[in-house]
Amino acid sequence: METQTAQPKIVAAPPGVEGPGYFATSFDRAIGMAKQYSIWPLPFATSCCGIEFMATMASNYDLARFGAERLSFSPRQADLLMVMGTIAKKMGPVLKQVYEQMAEPRWVIAVGACASSGGIFDTYSVLQGIDQIIPVDVYVPGCPPRPEQIIDGFMRIQDLVHNESIRRRNSPEYKALLESYGIK
Amino acid sequence: MSDTVDYSKVVSRIGEKFGERVHSPEQPYGMLTLRTDRDTIIPLLQFLRDDEEMQFIFLTDICGVHYPDRAEKFEVVYHIHSLIHNLRVRLKVGLSGEPKIPTAVHVFKGANWMERETYDFYGIVFEGHPNLKRILNVDEMTIFPMRKEYPLEDNTRSDKNDAMFGRGMLPGQNN
Repeated sequence: METQTAQPKIVAAPPGVEGPGYFATSFDRAIGMAKQYSIWPLPFATSCCGIEFMATMASNYDLARFGAERLSFSPRQADLLMVMGTIAKKMGPVLKQVYEQMAEPRWVIAVGACASSGGIFDTYSVLQGIDQIIPVDVYVPGCPPRPEQIIDGFMRIQDLVHNESIRRRNSPEYKALLESYGIK
Repeated sequence: MSDTVDYSKVVSRIGEKFGERVHSPEQPYGMLTLRTDRDTIIPLLQFLRDDEEMQFIFLTDICGVHYPDRAEKFEVVYHIHSLIHNLRVRLKVGLSGEPKIPTAVHVFKGANWMERETYDFYGIVFEGHPNLKRILNVDEMTIFPMRKEYPLEDNTRSDKNDAMFGRGMLPGQNN
């Protein structure tokens, strides 16, 4: 009887030119691959979606499998702002300041109906979606979404991190986007 | 609290002191409710607080009510509590004309934030308040959101289809 040893799963090499004794690829590809598996998320949890995120972080769903082991509770070192929960209008400037404190490159994921659109709270005191004050890369629907959905949203962020140009953040389109939000 | 709570002593003490200025005693859900006017409310609160027998020393809440169809469009409601007798009294003041009423902060310090909240949501001005500004809503807000003329919904939204929220059109009707 043959014994099976578990083979560690290794990420496939990025597209490139391969020959005997060498492998050539672009910086974009190699750096993108590395960054994709070392995202530091900053959880901005204000309500029940934050509870789902706690489950997502914990051992059952284990966000650490995706290289996001290390949560950053300081925006200065964070790569990904995860906004989970209802954002009251009074919280809006706080959220915007947290976003402004993050260093480039930075991504934002809006988890749940409230962060994405205000959700059921169509009322005078609640911000109708965080994209009114900061740009959002990925929206996760649900009220609240299950941990699988949050992980799926996180993987869409990984796709962005992997595939977008490392210079995208210098592009005129990106600068115009931030300009439209009044963010320098 | 049941309907059997005996408030007769409280009512008679208030009657001796204020006569007809404090009127319409009721006991909905067992809690004594009295009506008065804006000139009497502060002396009344002071009297109930300082009376050695009754000792209504705790101000539970101040809140506003908007009745757009009444002559007295606004009402301010005070809840006070006598801790040693475990008695609660509700005092209502109807406001006709300008929604203005004297502040109660000189009687109960706790009235400060309660009056700010009432101002924030109803625009009722508490004259003599040391710091009457918004407390819960954003400072930039231009409306008093609990007044009935303002819609509950966020008035800045532009991307929501009313039909999806069950309002604005009949079932089966398209835009």
